[in-house]
Amino acid sequence: MEERIQLKVKGLVKRFGSETVLDGIDLDVHKGEVVVVLGPSGCGKSTLLRCMNGLESLSEGNIFLDGEEVSSSGKKITMLRQKIGMVFQSYDLFPHKNIMDNITLAPVKVQKRPKKDVESQAEKLLKRVGLWEKRKSYPRELSGGQKQRVAIIRALCMNPEVMLFDEVTAALDPEMVREVLDVMLELADGGMTMVIVTHEMQFARAIADRVIFLDGGNIVEDLPPEEFFTAPKTQRAKDFLQTFAYEKRRTDTN
Amino acid sequence: MGLNFDFIVKYLPWYVDAAILTVRVAFLGILFSLVVGIICSAVQYYHIPVIRTIVSVYIEISRNTPLLVQLFFLYFGLPKIGILLSAETCAVVGLTFLGGSYMSESIRSGLESVEKSQIESAASLGMGKVLTMKEVIFPQALAVSVPGICANVIFLIKETSVVSGIALADLMYVANDLIGLYYETDETLIMLVLFYLIILLPISAFASFIERRLRYAGFGN
Repeated sequence: MEERIQLKVKGLVKRFGSETVLDGIDLDVHKGEVVVVLGPSGCGKSTLLRCMNGLESLSEGNIFLDGEEVSSSGKKITMLRQKIGMVFQSYDLFPHKNIMDNITLAPVKVQKRPKKDVESQAEKLLKRVGLWEKRKSYPRELSGGQKQRVAIIRALCMNPEVMLFDEVTAALDPEMVREVLDVMLELADGGMTMVIVTHEMQFARAIADRVIFLDGGNIVEDLPPEEFFTAPKTQRAKDFLQTFAYEKRRTDTN
Repeated sequence: MGLNFDFIVKYLPWYVDAAILTVRVAFLGILFSLVVGIICSAVQYYHIPVIRTIVSVYIEISRNTPLLVQLFFLYFGLPKIGILLSAETCAVVGLTFLGGSYMSESIRSGLESVEKSQIESAASLGMGKVLTMKEVIFPQALAVSVPGICANVIFLIKETSVVSGIALADLMYVANDLIGLYYETDETLIMLVLFYLIILLPISAFASFIERRLRYAGFGN
């Protein structure tokens, strides 16, 4: 991992009306780093990701990509979004376009790249995740796990510098979670800078370089995964991890 | 009941001419209605201030006044302030004034049916507003709007029968005329019904064909 800071969040405050969801977040994501964001629901994990991609305006603070400040309006934000890929919980493929057209739309129309180039890139990626034969299918003909893999490829074909994943397996049946997580793991191995919001604890542990624990709109832990999962510093993180340890609780009470 | 076929043959050309006029007025009125509808629905969809209020007022006036009244206003009212329009122009303008609001509401319901997450998904791929509308929102909205638009088209064609009220020789006018002149009521009315069916049935069939196609396309996830 290089030491270059790729994505920098500085003093980020986000309010919805009178409610403060993010209360002064500082976060540096280095090139090639995989940061997993954990926290109880409603702690602002998704909002943090959405702010990073300019889907939410910032109430205070700044976000820098490669040292360049990114304002949440105008041309700059469209430029930023081409460099930051985002994958959502609900896949959000375009239902009226087939898989290949879903993937090539933005690279061709936004980045003005030759369609052939994008298609050959898409071909490689689709083959790698075993969905090449689905290129002419429509999203409704695919399973959730397949759709999510296509959504990841769609984002990848923009050649982003950073990928954001917002609970991408939360809407999937358990047996489909694996195939999506495998793709993400492969991406991480390939050196992609990633920020991941997830509820898959084992996966978080396997993929993360760093675990960020958010609570009450603040970062309360920022640790390597082994340390976070075995010896979290704060009580809030301990309580949070406890909620996932069903077996342990059962044996304790018996 | 014996029909007077000589009468029918003799006055068939009157009906043909009237049908051509009906179709012409309907076609132009529907075309402009769609233009007005697209503009008004876009104004409402993007919440453009001030103009949005004007559009709302227009839609309420248009939908809550009868077409005949709108035509009387154009044909008999406007000349009083020095604006003289031909009967056919009045008919097209009136039909557009009425149809524009109906089209606008149909198109708007389609636009609003496209989920916000689709727009965010497009945004996250760096797509601008115009491109998002063209490639993502509009095609999906159209699928939802088409049944409403088709219903409006048929409704507006039938509404053209009102233009006889401003002395425009459409099908209704010709039928009235013939009844007044010759009192061959049965033949006249049968011809009238037949001509409306000849115009409307193919359009109806085409509309249900399109709707079926769109339903099979089944855009929903």
